[in-house]
Formats: sequence, structure tokens, C-alpha cells
Amino acid sequence: MKPVVPWDPLEAQDIIARLKPMAGASLPILHALQDHFGYVDGAAVPLIAKALNLSQAEIHGIISFYHEFRAAPAGASVIKLCRAEACQAMGCRSLEAHAQQRLGIGFGETTADRRFTLEPVYCLGNCALSPAVMIDGELHGRVDAARFDALVGGAP
Amino acid sequence: MRVFVPIDAAALSVGAGAVAAAIEAEAKRRCVEITLVRNGSRGLLWLEPLVEIETAAGRIAYGPVTAADVPGLFEAGFLAGGAHKLSLGPTEEIPYLKAQQRLTFARCGITDPLSIADYAAHGGWRGLDTALTLAPQAIVETIVESGLRGRGGAGFPTGIKWRTVLAAPAAQKYIVCNADEGDSGTFADRMLMEGDPFVLIEGMIIAGLAVGATSGFVYIRSEYPHAFRTFNRAIALAEAAGYLGASVKGSGRAFHLETRLGAGAYICGEETSLLESLEGKRGQIRPKPPLPAIEGLFGQPTVVNNVISLASVPVILDKGAAFYRDFGLGRSRGTLPFQLAGNVKQGGLVETAFGLTLGELIERFGGGTASGRPIRAVQVGGPLGAYFPPALLDTPLDYEAFAQRQGMVGHGGVVVFDDTVDLAQQARFAMEFCAIESCGKCTPCRIGSTRGVEVIDRIVAGTERGKNLTVLDDLCQLLLDGSLCALGGLTPFPVLSALKHFPEDFDQPVPDARAAE
Repeated sequence: MKPVVPWDPLEAQDIIARLKPMAGASLPILHALQDHFGYVDGAAVPLIAKALNLSQAEIHGIISFYHEFRAAPAGASVIKLCRAEACQAMGCRSLEAHAQQRLGIGFGETTADRRFTLEPVYCLGNCALSPAVMIDGELHGRVDAARFDALVGGAP
Repeated sequence: MRVFVPIDAAALSVGAGAVAAAIEAEAKRRCVEITLVRNGSRGLLWLEPLVEIETAAGRIAYGPVTAADVPGLFEAGFLAGGAHKLSLGPTEEIPYLKAQQRLTFARCGITDPLSIADYAAHGGWRGLDTALTLAPQAIVETIVESGLRGRGGAGFPTGIKWRTVLAAPAAQKYIVCNADEGDSGTFADRMLMEGDPFVLIEGMIIAGLAVGATSGFVYIRSEYPHAFRTFNRAIALAEAAGYLGASVKGSGRAFHLETRLGAGAYICGEETSLLESLEGKRGQIRPKPPLPAIEGLFGQPTVVNNVISLASVPVILDKGAAFYRDFGLGRSRGTLPFQLAGNVKQGGLVETAFGLTLGELIERFGGGTASGRPIRAVQVGGPLGAYFPPALLDTPLDYEAFAQRQGMVGHGGVVVFDDTVDLAQQARFAMEFCAIESCGKCTPCRIGSTRGVEVIDRIVAGTERGKNLTVLDDLCQLLLDGSLCALGGLTPFPVLSALKHFPEDFDQPVPDARAAE
């Protein structure tokens, strides 16, 4: 995954201006901001609202509705662990417990060294090779505790 | 010498990328010239990474291959189809594949997904060629006659929906493809977008010609970054080749196609919520009516169809409505790509005509559970589908047969559980999932799901069990009757089926008939 850059209102303005003409531009803008900065900074809300002629409340409502958008920077790697039925059938509940214990964090949290953020996800479309985990956009199948440990390397 | 290593996300998830790199490196080291093709997946997912070699006698398969196996494969002469412990013989002869009827997935895994020439060489664009010679009405009636029903889960006749949009007067109409495949146990949309994206593009162009829409959107969930990338590349290639744009294949008729990325909201698979999201809003559902066919995207008449529905259109136009309708039974015509998932030995994609029983699908194709333990429950149709006990495995895979038993075929996902499953825990999860994913528009779903989790917790803890079971039953009835959309309206199905078929998991007496077995 490409490294994210620190929040910069001018760069944000550029991104917003570039995508503003799209039909239904708010989601594409939010995705682009998050791709670039790693999260959607609160200071982006008035910028988007102004560009799209919407209220700040509406933009805040959109950001908070979708699980994908985050309001604060994540760790260097984002681990999405599938909690849905096909993965449950292959033991994701114990993988979930193992991952939390291994990283020392719960869902939605980031390790103290800021290397990992752990997020729940409901289906990654890898249901025949479950349990499934996605790390920085890369999909991994048949993830048991040992494979999880190998994937996160020398995690705390 | 062509060597095929899938670039499908599931194949990559078990090491296909490393296998491809190892094959290239080993070929180079041995000074052997090969052409490495990154194809889609054949859908035999337990055999991934499945490597294929093109020989004079057809394609020979090896799998599951790891990068460490690669030198040994070269040593065994696999480039000429040589014998090796991972050899599976001719791909087309593998029983799992041979027993299928691949219409929608005819090319998936065979071609290079991003080669227009490959697509055309394997029967692509023929449906579009036919459609360009027909009047809109005739295209719509072909789809009506084919009996195609919405493959997203609701099973509404696709042709009837198109007829409504065709008849709706408007300056601008839209084709929207629902690629927000959120049901656990399903991956057919993802596989198709990654393995044969042009068939979806072709289907959407035909839909546009049929109803008079010049603009289309594909709404892809953000959990599918590979599919999103592949599909965007496919659109650019189709534009460059003149299939998309101001004049489709020089016909003078326009069709423009764009993608949008979802943002992690299960509810956006519901069509009105998806439209809200496409418009850039919170994905809250809209009350119906008005139907999207009358007032859809940006208030205009809109066809909203699932990936598989639209991708089934080209073969229908190419081979005719009767060809497609002759597959299947009753009111379930054609084929459905079923997805075998969860605790199953041979998980993967099985496209077959409706009519096989659930048990046949799991035993004949799935080969039983992955753990080797007995099957205890099967959930069909995603998180809102019922949990069936082994006694109901004789249910034919048919929309009406499932509905009769308070289940649903849905998008064709089949999740198998062995005897370690706790159905009270599964019922609780159904409510929990509804609470997490509720859009919040209607009270039964927003509040009822949270209350549902609490009530199930009390039942499991043994707190006033009888009274709480009555409350749960009551709550489920309220969700069924009072929810605005299928999320709240169907969440009771997994809950009530768990209670009905697995009462012992709620510490309830097993009915006499089953106790006597």
C-alpha cells in the first residue's frame, strides 16, 4: 500500500476540486481523501460541504454512516478480520480472540507502537477459503492462528 | 507455451502471486520460453492456486500448487503435461467442473480477463451483436421469455423490470449494477468481475439498448479492491475498443459506464439504499413506491440489477430465450452460480440448473465438511437466510421450494456448519449483524435488533426462559411485519429457523418426532 501523507488542506482542496464534477461526488471524494491521508480529517468537512453545496451536518452524516471512513489516522497496517458466517463455520471466533490477544488490542483499536489497526469486517468474498483476513487491501485465506502470526510478523 | 495462474483474489489469498513469480523465475533459470497468462478462477477454490498448462490435448491442471512445488513441477515436465502428484489431469474432465452447466461463467477461468480479443474468441459480444439488430421491445421480451429472475436474491423477473423502465418516459434513464455482494458465503459477483468483466459490460450495454438508457453505474463494495481495479481497467479497454462511449460499436447509440466504490455498509446492497449511496448520501433506504424503475437514480427511471443477472443477459441474447429457459424447473429457469462455502471440503463455485437438491450440491460437489465431522446446519442465502438441519437437505434448489420451507435461495450462497456449531450463538449473531448494519430508518430494525440480542442472551442464560421466548417470537413477528426493507424483514428467518430446528441449543425440549429418531 502506498504510504499516506500528513493532512494538508491545500492538497485536500485539490482532491475535492478534481472530483467535484462527478455524479454523487461525496463518496468518491471521501475515498480519495482517505486514500491520500489515511483518514478523513475533521477539517475536510467544511471544505467538502462548500464544494458540494451541502451542509456540514450532511457531510458529517455521510462520513459517520459508512464503516469504511475513519476520522483519525490508523496504524501503519490495517487488518480487517472477517466475522461473518462462512468464516464462523471455520473458526473465526477463536481467530478473533487470538488476534486481539496477540496484538493486545480490541476491534477498532491501534497498537501502541502504531503498527497495526484491527477492524472487523463482514465478508471479504473469500468464503470457500475461510477464515479470511485482509491486510492493507491484500486478501489472505485459510488464516489460522499460526498463519495470522506469520502475517503480522514480529508483532508485540 | 501458455501457462495459466489465476489472478482472482481468492487464488491470490492462498499464494497464487508467489506461484506465478516462481514459475517465471524457474522458466528463466531453465531458459524455457513461456507465456504466463493471469486468468480468472475456475471456481475450484479448494484447489487454488490451480495452475494450468495448454497442451495439444487441451489444458492440464495442477493444484493446489505452492511456490515450493514449482521446481519439482518443471522437473516432472509439467510444461508438457507430465505426471506429478499435484496433477489433476485435463481441467475440463475434473468431475466438479464437468458436472456443471456453465452459461454465465462460461469463460471465467479460461480467458485472460482483460483481453478483449480473448473475450471475442470465446463467444463474447455475440449477444450485443444480436441486440443491435433488435428493437428495444424485442430485447426486453427476449429477457421476459427467458424466465431470468433477479440473481441478487429477491428473484424478481428481470424482463418485467426492464419493461417498466422501457415504458417510463424520461430524457435520461440509468442502468445500475448492484455489485455490493455483502452476503456471507457469496463470491460469484467478485469472481465474475475479476474473471470475466467484459460479460458484465456487455450485459449492461444490452440493458441500456433495451430500455433506452445511455448511462450506467456499477456500485462495487469496498471490500473488493481487486474487483474494483480489474473492472475499471476493463471499462477503459472497452471504451478504447469502441464498445462503450458515444456510439456503441458505431451504432450511433451511446452507452457510458462508470464505477463507484461502496464504503462498508451491508445495507447498500438493498437497491434503494444503493441508489442513495450512488447519489453521494447516507445509504438509508427509501420507502417503495415509487419503484426505482419509475423514480430511481437522481429521480430517473432506473434498472437496478445484480451482477449475475446482467452477466446472464449476453448468453440469452446470443442463444435465445428458449435455450436459457430450458434449464431449470418450475418458475426457476436457467442456471444459478451456487457458492459452496464455510465448513466444506471442496468449496467453490458451482453453476448448475435449478433443481438439484441442497444435499446433492453439498455431497456431490462439496464432498462433505472440511473438518470431517457431520453436517449439523446449512445456511442458504446469506445472513438473512434460514438455518436448515440435515433433515431439510432434500429441498430442491428452487426459489419456491425454499420459500415453502421458510428459507430462501437468495444470491446462491451455501454455508455449511459441522456439529460444533451453536445455533443459539448463530441466532444471536443474526440480530447483532442487523444491529450493526441497520440504516436506522425504521424502528423495528434499528431498535428491534438490539433488543433481539438482549432477549437471546437472557434465554441462553436461563432468565425467565419461557417469557423471553414469547418476547423473541413477538419481536420477530414485528420485524417481519413492520420493517421497511429486507434487512429487518428477513433477520427473523435465521433466528426463527434456529429456534425451530435446533431447540436444544436454546435448552428447549426436542420435539418427540426428532427425539425418537
